[in-house]
Amino acid sequence: MSAATVTEEARQDAPEPPEAAKPRRGRGRFVPYWLLLPGLLWLIVFFALPMIYQASTSIQQGSLEDGFKVTWHFATYWDALSEYWPQFVRSVAYAACATVLCLLLGYPLAYLIAFRAGRWRNLVLILVIAPFFTSFLIRTLAWKTILADGGPVVGTLNSLHILDVTTWLGITEGHRILATPLAVVCGLTYNFLPFMILPLYTSLERIDGRLHEAAGDLYASPGTTFRKVTFPLSMPGVVSGTLLTFIPAAGDYVNADLLGSTDTRMIGNVIQTQFLRILDYPTAAALSFILMAAILAMVTFYIRRAGTEDLV
Amino acid sequence: MRWLRKNLVVIAGLLTLAYLLLPNAVVTVFSFNKPKGRFNYEWTQFSTDAWKHPCGVADMCGSLSISLQIAVWATLVSTALGTMIAFALVRYRFRARGAVNSLIFLPMAMPEVVMAASLLTLFLNMGARLGFWTILIAHIMFCLSFVVTAVKARVMSMDPRLEQAAQDLYAGPAQTFLRVTLPIAAPGIAAGALLAFALSFDDFIITNFNAGSTVTFPMFVWGSAQRGTPVQINVIGTAMFLVAVVCVVVGMAAGRRRNKPAA
Amino acid sequence: MTTSSSTATEHGGDVRLTGISKTYDNGFTAVRPLDLTVPAGSFFALLGASGCGKTTTLRMIAGLEEPTTGTVRLGDQDVTGLPPYKRPVNTVFQSYALFPHLDIFENVAFGLRRRGIKSVKKQVEEMLDLVQLGEQARKKPHQLSGGQQQRVAVARALINHPQVLLLDEPLGALDLKLRRQMQLELKRIQTEVGITFIHVTHDQEEAMTMADTVAVMNAGTVEQLGAPTDLYENPRSTFVANFLGTSNFVSCEISGRGGDELTLTAGDGKLALFADRCSAPTTTGGKLLLGVRPEKISIVHADDAASVPVGRNRLTGRIKDSSFIGVSTQYVVEGPLCDGFEVYAQNVERDPRLVPGAEVVLHWNPAHSFGLDATQDVEAGAAKVEEDAAA
Repeated sequence: MSAATVTEEARQDAPEPPEAAKPRRGRGRFVPYWLLLPGLLWLIVFFALPMIYQASTSIQQGSLEDGFKVTWHFATYWDALSEYWPQFVRSVAYAACATVLCLLLGYPLAYLIAFRAGRWRNLVLILVIAPFFTSFLIRTLAWKTILADGGPVVGTLNSLHILDVTTWLGITEGHRILATPLAVVCGLTYNFLPFMILPLYTSLERIDGRLHEAAGDLYASPGTTFRKVTFPLSMPGVVSGTLLTFIPAAGDYVNADLLGSTDTRMIGNVIQTQFLRILDYPTAAALSFILMAAILAMVTFYIRRAGTEDLV
Repeated sequence: MRWLRKNLVVIAGLLTLAYLLLPNAVVTVFSFNKPKGRFNYEWTQFSTDAWKHPCGVADMCGSLSISLQIAVWATLVSTALGTMIAFALVRYRFRARGAVNSLIFLPMAMPEVVMAASLLTLFLNMGARLGFWTILIAHIMFCLSFVVTAVKARVMSMDPRLEQAAQDLYAGPAQTFLRVTLPIAAPGIAAGALLAFALSFDDFIITNFNAGSTVTFPMFVWGSAQRGTPVQINVIGTAMFLVAVVCVVVGMAAGRRRNKPAA
Repeated sequence: MTTSSSTATEHGGDVRLTGISKTYDNGFTAVRPLDLTVPAGSFFALLGASGCGKTTTLRMIAGLEEPTTGTVRLGDQDVTGLPPYKRPVNTVFQSYALFPHLDIFENVAFGLRRRGIKSVKKQVEEMLDLVQLGEQARKKPHQLSGGQQQRVAVARALINHPQVLLLDEPLGALDLKLRRQMQLELKRIQTEVGITFIHVTHDQEEAMTMADTVAVMNAGTVEQLGAPTDLYENPRSTFVANFLGTSNFVSCEISGRGGDELTLTAGDGKLALFADRCSAPTTTGGKLLLGVRPEKISIVHADDAASVPVGRNRLTGRIKDSSFIGVSTQYVVEGPLCDGFEVYAQNVERDPRLVPGAEVVLHWNPAHSFGLDATQDVEAGAAKVEEDAAA
């Protein structure tokens, strides 16, 4: 058949004769551990271990000059909570508002990309992701311009007397938006919106379009189709989107700092100040620990209720 | 009216899109501003000065280069380590799988402040000098989980028969990995790496806690919000946005051409 | 191929499995210890329902699965401990497993390149021509139709001139018409290259059309092995009788023997069976299952019972159901001895009286009966076929 050279080469690599009967198993048994080792070690040393250090710091007493010692002083937790509970409550409230807003704003866009965008789908997706590449701090600062006191947004809302309503609701003050809770929630919503849209889109995109037709065929109106078919099927996206928005929003301090005032300080601001300015490490560690525990508890509860555990 | 009801979702979606893009538009427009005071929040006058002298602000381009260096290293290390973990998770059975999964999930479910603060306590306790290396360590740590998730998804959807087919066709384990496994997993690895780069480059909270006196680009922006915002920040922001969009569009066009029949 | 025939790609060797078995870590035994010899150059089919161990057997030959016990020999070489990439064996995978990131040319060239062969162009082009895909060389797998992908998979394996080509349900993903076409195509290629083909399938028609020898597998063992006609005419278990086509059974007792011919009693009827077509012991007084294929039976209306020639096995019943299939009509007949008998009658001269409810007489040549051990489950293998068809 083919040239002799080919067969010459083929012979060299041809299966060698009986080195057979050698057991192949066993050699590869440790492969997964070698693969896992470096990465896991990194996470253990720089993620898990710090948590333990933090727990220990939270029950220490002392000063910067004399050093801190573990004295099992759990009162720090109580003191921290009683002093900073308003910031905790505010964090959860702002994060919850932002999450709900993200869901309300993000769902139509995710739906649009998944079902209505047609050949524009990729373009819209790029436009959702692209802002990520501009530093979020720069974009957050842009809101200072957009919501500026003399700006068109405030002007329009003022002339429509909408700001009177929001002031009455207590989320704005004195015909301005900047330095009010509204500005902070607006900033949080903006910053974490893509984290809601992308998981929503992923789960919507998996829905077979024929299901809509089938529902229509079975006498469901478009509204009913959405409530009974589309929305339930997008639940995994709703759950992970909510978590991906709520968790970072609750711990954020950038929006509260840049767009808010001293009255909108969130727990992140407190932890940051305690750690980096006041240098009261035990209190800061205790606050951080409480925040972590609270969020883990809420997330666990939420996942249980929503019944989706395959998030990872 | 009927048209309106039918297209309500489209209109709402486009409004959200506008909400998402509005700040970028403002950043772009204000990169051509010539503000009166130290802050670039109010429109004064058109000017291309900032575009002509992007590094005209003290320390800004230095911080940019530090950010880039950290992002590149964090991406390389976290992509390598994360890919290894992802393969181990999908391809092998081993003890303590559940524990490994939670250890990877937890950093993503943890508010950044908490990780930032606890990492700082570790560094303080160890007496480590805060700076480039502590930032890099922190970035690799939080990028890892995201890389694992991205690569895992891809490797999981891979048909194990492809590797068996390679082995059947005389490719040894190393050849199989290089010629088949890696090329097929590549999009997942690339996605993970891109995500890691973006996360690292843009990270502020964890960096701010663990940076010491080192200033990354986000930290420079943060500082300037207090001291005065130079127009050059907007130039960098706009340029990054444009580069990203162009890269993605070119990448997608190339991908599409590759999938078309050659002849 | 001429020079290498003495070393790597020797075609002279049989595939010999000795005492081979596979038990997985979770305790499931997919293959019980079995011996099997596949003669060199034959087209051999492993036939069975899903989960019968046929694919596991194939994968052990390929080296993708390590046998728990036993050895695999190719010719006189023991390959049991060799990894797949060192075995002179290639596989056409179920759903093809074409490399999605490589074009058709590179897919086919893969094996050659891995063996360090530099000048692959001519060989690959020849091979692509053999499977009529020369035009598609630079396309990616997902741009081809199912049938084309299937041919690429065959080409990719064959180009390495393996001693044995293993095919794992290679036609499973194709529609019926294409499958028939590819069956002939594969058969043609096998005749042309003369390599041993071992073909795993759950489709009994496919196995019978293509293979010289068929091994019917069930629950990890080989139930019966032989040429397709032999398996069909002389099944040695109810499983084989039901899995390959359809069979009707009557429970009988051996009441006498005259020369080669056994006389059987079933209720008040007498039936005849030739001893050489009986795989169970033929002592008088023993129980037997008498089997007969539906197409061997003739059906006449009870009014014409007198027209049935002497010397034929006959049973009476009533038509329960009939379905017209064009070339034939299939009847289901109920009777004291022939409950649920299926009868296929060619539509040559249709008797209009043969409608459901009609009393009929069934008769057939005693030479067409076969005898089986009465202790087996009469339904074995029958239900499995339906499950598989539904899956």
